[in-house]
Amino acid sequence: MLAVVGTVPDEAFPLVGGEVHLEKDRIRVCERQVPVNRGTPALLAAVIKAGEVLGLPPPLAYLVGDIGLGHGSRRLYDHLVRHLKRSPAGVITFHYLQPDVDWHNKVLFAVQEMHPRPVLVADAGFMYAAKMSGQSQAYELFTPDAGELAFLSDEEAPHPFYTRGFILHDENRIPDLITRAYEHDNAARYLLVKGRKDRIASREGIHAVIDSPMVESLEAMGGTGDTLTGIVSTLIASGTETLAAATLAARINRLAGHYARPTPASQVMEMIAYIPRAMEEVLKNREKGGIK
Amino acid sequence: MAFLGFLRQRKADDLSGGAKADLGILVFENTSEVIRAESVLKHDGWEVRVMGPPPEVRSGCDLVIEFPLIEELNILRALKEAEVPPLQVVPVNSPLLQPVDLFQTKDFGRYFMVRAANMKLTVDKETQIIVNISGGGCPDVPYLAHEMVGKSLVDAPGPGEIGHTLCGYALQLAYEEMARQCSQW
Repeated sequence: MLAVVGTVPDEAFPLVGGEVHLEKDRIRVCERQVPVNRGTPALLAAVIKAGEVLGLPPPLAYLVGDIGLGHGSRRLYDHLVRHLKRSPAGVITFHYLQPDVDWHNKVLFAVQEMHPRPVLVADAGFMYAAKMSGQSQAYELFTPDAGELAFLSDEEAPHPFYTRGFILHDENRIPDLITRAYEHDNAARYLLVKGRKDRIASREGIHAVIDSPMVESLEAMGGTGDTLTGIVSTLIASGTETLAAATLAARINRLAGHYARPTPASQVMEMIAYIPRAMEEVLKNREKGGIK
Repeated sequence: MAFLGFLRQRKADDLSGGAKADLGILVFENTSEVIRAESVLKHDGWEVRVMGPPPEVRSGCDLVIEFPLIEELNILRALKEAEVPPLQVVPVNSPLLQPVDLFQTKDFGRYFMVRAANMKLTVDKETQIIVNISGGGCPDVPYLAHEMVGKSLVDAPGPGEIGHTLCGYALQLAYEEMARQCSQW
């Protein structure tokens, strides 16, 4: 089972843990509803849509309200430390959380007490904390964008905001940045680098580059990285090997974006609706041998 | 269990490194400002600590305040309101690091996007309405998007006013650069 840990942008939203369902453009968890705009709700909506195609049960989510003050995130961290041991999650995806190295380490210790130990995916704030803690290698997959990859590759940087200028956020330098991130042990076992071209890499190098369909507008649309992280997490939870899951997810996310015919003003829910169609098509092509 | 051992060793090793990686230092002109700032921040509930400055910090007095770096934007706002703004803010582990000052822009025709660090802001050039905010990983990003998208650059609350984290700070820089670009259209 896949569990997603993240926040919603409403300080009054309580700490909840339970199955998540999608109802039109809102997710529902423990009788609470949250609009799907971007962030963790967008990730969860993508998980649900992708899971429907694969026949998976609804994901489990641990959510709390946090608008950047960190209060909610810290309550959620504390909850995880006390309760993760009993979680049925086989895959855990950590997402928009206030980066905090101490709490990150406590959560990682709690994960270590789970049997069997779940596969860990990290994106957004929790990925920042994982890198800062020096424990990136405990993770199966990170899903950074170009700016976040620059942060991972800068061994000095405590946050993307403080990434040194000589490490330019330039698409042409992404292979170098990937190498540098692994040289300093600041990357997970696999990286899915989101960008104009999506790259799937490990310490051995770049395994796949996905660049079609090319939909320029997606770069501006908030939430497209969240949906990609949601799709790849779902595929990993279905038993797909991580490298294949990342490659398939990049294709599915791009194709869903293509079908949505977005402008830079489009909102991510318009694209999420096309995930099942894109997923069926990509998986069908894979069965035919069109995609490895 | 080997992993657990590795993790515990890493944790022990990181007590003076990784554990401080998410902290920053506030540098002030004199000690009385340090004391006032500490009082303001502790009163507001932040976990801060007064300490001696690292050798790389050559300005300010003999005391600095250590604080959670991720909350830089929020803390700077509180200190500004209390009229004790710091001279300098630097990360603990690398005091010579500076905030990103490189912007990338992309012209989509009707829409224009500015990226600062990990944050992207896109506006409709005709109406100057903010149509999308993307990137970032701190919890105030979805909140900022909720508050700003659909509003004009003039009417939208600035990330510097309602954001809290370094992602909010990066978005503020993108927002300022976008305003500068818009003034040239």
